[in-house]
Amino acid sequence: MQLPPALHARLAGAPGSAEPLPVERDPAARTAPFRFAPRPVRFPREHDFFEEGDVQRHLYLQDVLMQVGGAPERPRVPEFTCQVAGCCQVFDALEDYEHHYHTLHRNVCSFCKRAFPSGHLLDTHILEWHDSLFQILAERQDMYQCLVEGCTEKFRTSRDRKEHLVMRHLYPADFRFDKPRKSRGPVMPGAAEQVLAEALGDDGVPSEGDAMEVCSEHVEPPPVPAGERRAYSHREMNSCPSAALAQLPRIWPERYHLPSVLVKVPREDLKGPRREISTSNGGSSAALWRCCRASPPRHGGPRTLARATLHVAGL
Amino acid sequence: MLRGGGATVPPAGAGALRKARREQQLVSKRLLRDEALEEAEEGCVAMIFGEAEIQQFLQLAQRGTEEKEREGALVSLRRGLQRPETQQTFIRLEGSIRTLVGLLTSNQALLQLEAARCLHELSHSEQSAVVEACLPATSYLLTYLSGHSSDFIELCLYTLGNLIVESEAVRRQLLPQGIVPALAACIQSPHLTVLEALGYALSQLLQAKEAPEKIIPSVLGSTLPQHMLQLLQPGPKLNLGVAVEFAWCLHYIICSQVNNALLITQGALSTLGLLLLDLAGAVQRTEDAGLELLACPVLRCLSNLLTEAAAEAVGGQLQLRDERVVAALFILLQFLLQKQPSLLPEGLWLLNNLTANSPSFCTSLLSLDLIEPLLHLLSVSNVVSVLVLTVLCNVAEKGPAYCQRLWPGPLLSSLLDTLAFSDTEVVGQSLELLQLLFLYQPGAAQAFLQQSGLQALQRHEEVAQLQDRVHALQQTALHG
Repeated sequence: MQLPPALHARLAGAPGSAEPLPVERDPAARTAPFRFAPRPVRFPREHDFFEEGDVQRHLYLQDVLMQVGGAPERPRVPEFTCQVAGCCQVFDALEDYEHHYHTLHRNVCSFCKRAFPSGHLLDTHILEWHDSLFQILAERQDMYQCLVEGCTEKFRTSRDRKEHLVMRHLYPADFRFDKPRKSRGPVMPGAAEQVLAEALGDDGVPSEGDAMEVCSEHVEPPPVPAGERRAYSHREMNSCPSAALAQLPRIWPERYHLPSVLVKVPREDLKGPRREISTSNGGSSAALWRCCRASPPRHGGPRTLARATLHVAGL
Repeated sequence: MLRGGGATVPPAGAGALRKARREQQLVSKRLLRDEALEEAEEGCVAMIFGEAEIQQFLQLAQRGTEEKEREGALVSLRRGLQRPETQQTFIRLEGSIRTLVGLLTSNQALLQLEAARCLHELSHSEQSAVVEACLPATSYLLTYLSGHSSDFIELCLYTLGNLIVESEAVRRQLLPQGIVPALAACIQSPHLTVLEALGYALSQLLQAKEAPEKIIPSVLGSTLPQHMLQLLQPGPKLNLGVAVEFAWCLHYIICSQVNNALLITQGALSTLGLLLLDLAGAVQRTEDAGLELLACPVLRCLSNLLTEAAAEAVGGQLQLRDERVVAALFILLQFLLQKQPSLLPEGLWLLNNLTANSPSFCTSLLSLDLIEPLLHLLSVSNVVSVLVLTVLCNVAEKGPAYCQRLWPGPLLSSLLDTLAFSDTEVVGQSLELLQLLFLYQPGAAQAFLQQSGLQALQRHEEVAQLQDRVHALQQTALHG
């Protein structure tokens, strides 16, 4: 199919539409037995017209899903220790450290050292556990906010909220990020025994795998002056790992590569990373298409399907 | 035939996939399982674990003293969970899911990751019982979407996507649990891996059979469409893997026809049009980069959106009367002809929708010399031929000024060729085009006669669907 050479120039040229030629229809055109009439066509979801493209899509996803889920092989680095005060976890892979950091140190309450999976849950916790004004207001109005993002319901007690979570949002009754406070009054910093008591639960036995309890290397937090008990000063200062990373020995490449996911293989030996994605724009010329998946190495075995693979475009 | 896993599943050729689609059983992750099993059979690693072994692994993971030991136990468990038999045993073991969820929410980051991987294995299952056993974990998977560890979030998203596609019970739970707002928050992540995974999960959600009533309205009511369109903006930040996922998401939304007018007001036509231009540019620059994976949903979205009344009124960065769209489309058609001819109908569908009611685009086809390339496609397949002839009719029916530009040239001989086809649709469309040419172009009938047109018509005289038109044309040719 030869395209006129001027076409590519037209594509690169200025926007604009063609001045239409005059339209002049003869009524004889649509007389029986002829029936052509121009019309835009729409196809609904399940139409057979989409069969080919859907099959292609399916094959592509198969490729993608084959690679997800295996444990990636992390490039090993000399062992280093987490630099957050009081944490003595040791790592030999940057990505492991990243996950550890985000899980345990990113959203930490500076009062009671509980770690939360998100800033949202942390903020809620601080408000409900450590804010005396909250307690006062809660006596007179609905202050307990629903935990589900997007739900604006508020409740009088945390128990009412839990009921709402269970009934309305189908949450488990023992949702681990909604532990009610057991003691009266705000939890004071440094009240290690109190915190431990709560962490232990009713029967005094540490609940296995219980979420976000006190970091195993508990350290007395510095005393907080009375005036500073409002929201944001209670978050740990390490809001991003780069501050902590900056203190680590310089052993990783300048550009921080996002963790890569591996080809899933039946054997023990793990393959190289599926892809590397640079978080920074490489500074190359405009309108680059970065294909984000390297062609995966394949084991033997019959392949009866044409695979649509993406290659890293060397642009 | 594709249900019921195990050794009896036949190798999935493309024909089998088409049949699956027709039966609405084309579920991407399913076939994945069987292939992985084949590989496992070769490599003999994923073992089938019994209850006792599973118990052991779980206990070690929970209460082991050495961290490496605990992690190792979960790794072993995960491998075993690649086998459906192990999966079945696992879910039937009392407290197993509970323990796994406990590990998923523990404060040991690496245990958490491994537990998530175990869950991911379970999510691959074809057995809805196994998938539904994962229900207790969904609220946590959603919660973790607003975390910061991109690895972990990516895994949670793929797991969710797999669960979503398998079971309506899962979807029925995820919606009230707030999956739509969770995704809307998560889509603001800067991590490409996360975005691609999110697109996958969302695409599975939007494909559900109850999506038009139960899911798409709330997706349209969220900030998701705006973010999706943003992620489809052409430019240096466009990532192909991410764009593919969200283009498919848009396709599922648009072809469900819930509220396409809303998408148009949010700039969908403009964004997709610009993306089409960008695609055409990329196709010229790059070899074999999988661009057809993005071209397909973009073509579909544009074609369907053009049928909306709201499309008429659209302004924005790209006027959908911009001639460059036609240029881009032809560059893509050429690309598809080489790379993936089975997708040509989708491209021609767009061309039909662009030209049907647009004198301007019809004029562009003529002034950009695109008729001949179009005729070149007539030999590809019957479906393609019908579409090409339809587009030509779109042009011809606008009157003498248009037919004049179609004439002389290769059109007549191409038509004589198509009249030799046996496919009734192709011949029928050829007859329609002929009639328009006879009507609007003086000399056309004469030329037709001179090139043995009557003989070409004769062979169809007895065909029911064609008879009347054949006779009418014979009359016109002979008597004017």
